[in-house]
Amino acid sequence: MVRRPAWLRPGTIFLLIALGIGALFMVVPFVWMVSTSLKPSNQVLSLPPQMIPESPTIAAYQNIFNRFPMARVLGNSALVASSSTLGQLLLCSMAGYAFARFRFRGREALFLLYLMTLMIPFAVTIIPLFIIIVNLGWANSYAGLIVPGMFSAFGTFLMRQFFQSIPRELEEAATIDGAGTIRTFFTIIVPLSGAPLATLGLLSFMGSWNNFLWPMLITNDRHLMTLPVALQALQGIYPGQNQWNLLMAGSVVAVIPIMIVFLFAQRWFIEGVASSGLKG
Amino acid sequence: MYETGWKRALVIALFLGPSLIGLGVFVLVPIASSLVLSFADWDLLNPPRFTGIANFRRLLADAEFWGALGNTVKYLVGYVPLVITLGLLIAVALNRRIPLRSFFRTTYFLPVVTSWVAVSLIWMWLYNPVFGLLNNFLGWLGIRGPAWLFDVNWAMPAVILTSVWKDLGFIMVILLAGLQGIPREYYEAAEIDGASGWQRLRFITVPLLVPSLFFAVMISLIGSFQVFDQVYIMTGGGPAGATQVLMERIVRNAFNYNRMGYAASMSWILFLFIFAISFVLNRLRRRWEW
Repeated sequence: MVRRPAWLRPGTIFLLIALGIGALFMVVPFVWMVSTSLKPSNQVLSLPPQMIPESPTIAAYQNIFNRFPMARVLGNSALVASSSTLGQLLLCSMAGYAFARFRFRGREALFLLYLMTLMIPFAVTIIPLFIIIVNLGWANSYAGLIVPGMFSAFGTFLMRQFFQSIPRELEEAATIDGAGTIRTFFTIIVPLSGAPLATLGLLSFMGSWNNFLWPMLITNDRHLMTLPVALQALQGIYPGQNQWNLLMAGSVVAVIPIMIVFLFAQRWFIEGVASSGLKG
Repeated sequence: MYETGWKRALVIALFLGPSLIGLGVFVLVPIASSLVLSFADWDLLNPPRFTGIANFRRLLADAEFWGALGNTVKYLVGYVPLVITLGLLIAVALNRRIPLRSFFRTTYFLPVVTSWVAVSLIWMWLYNPVFGLLNNFLGWLGIRGPAWLFDVNWAMPAVILTSVWKDLGFIMVILLAGLQGIPREYYEAAEIDGASGWQRLRFITVPLLVPSLFFAVMISLIGSFQVFDQVYIMTGGGPAGATQVLMERIVRNAFNYNRMGYAASMSWILFLFIFAISFVLNRLRRRWEW
């Protein structure tokens, strides 16, 4: 008897159909978003709904870019997400290295303190944090958007775990050659840390790009808003039902860049999420 | 380390200092201040006034707080079982050697990377009672759909459905990582012993997946207690308070009604719930693993 290839077995075919229907549910909302964003205002509320726009137009995009500083907002999101990510990578890897390799009094207690902060929900810190940032004069400023996002106990933990897995011999060789700790770290350790840095970097970038609550609290100037905050502001400006093409155009602008990043760096995203399993 | 003496101290300070200062100013000081604040009244205009446990007593008598707690629990009871079950089913399916595996994995994960605000707007539009895709689809099947986000009874289920859609891929990836950690030899040995597919699932997959499942349940429970963005955008807590949840009450009390102390005390109640959940689940896990 010839064994049928796996994908021809009835069980597999059933599975594929079920997964396909599920996948459709995942994709349709995004297709609907793009489709609506390409409709002229007078066709948004057509019945029955049209998946493919009859007369596609980019009017909705022109509209939001003209009536709202969308280009600036897009730039803000890119700037805020990339600088807080870079800051986080630098600070977490340096602190993680210190916890993994340096011996000093109080190290374990200090590290425990880092771990303990992971238990505290953002709800607890948000009020004093807001007041601190306002008192620093950082409300409605890039500093207020970026700086608090540069510190991550989780990232420090992740980097420490990785550094502990690197054999010490590498650094010892460099020390014998007379390299200081700083040089050893940047020329030997960092180049070896591509994988955890990519993982942490992508998690951090995604978190910052999509972050809503903090940027909403700290900015009310349209020129400093990030995409999620601007989207919420757009919702307030266009509450009318037939403005869905504008809101969907805004959503496309917020969703497509991060989706492209994801598609190109999928592996690191998935590993990042899987490794966040350490967080518990 | 190469350096000694004061140079060594300097290097340690250089590596750890910035991170420590940041953690102190942006996390530790806020935690301590929040604790102090929860025993005070502060409207930002007048200086804070210590009121002892008055905030907590007021909370216990506050119908809105109990309503928000009840709605949070309602959310959790709907969301957690759904997202875990569906995530597990998809993970088990994608753990097999089937065609289009990575395509499916990517597709199910897609919503995870997107912004909650955008997703909320998309779903508000899908849920539109007259022009939305969902009710038109239901109408095509001969079902008259409810007004979803505008209906007191359907607003919370709608929020739950959207959340499950968005987080499914996240749970799937965690469980898939757990599944891939199970050695293939176990399955091969079971197959030789004549174990059926169901038996393999029941006696190999599920027991060995317990640590990942615990983590997935814990993270979705903790997330449920902090649900905010989707509620804030989609319903603002409405209609008639049907979707008011703890986190939304904290933000509104602090930043709309200027009741900083009251909001802080609520945030510590939220912390207590999260702490209790982690504690109980960790205990359970230890017992299970013995």
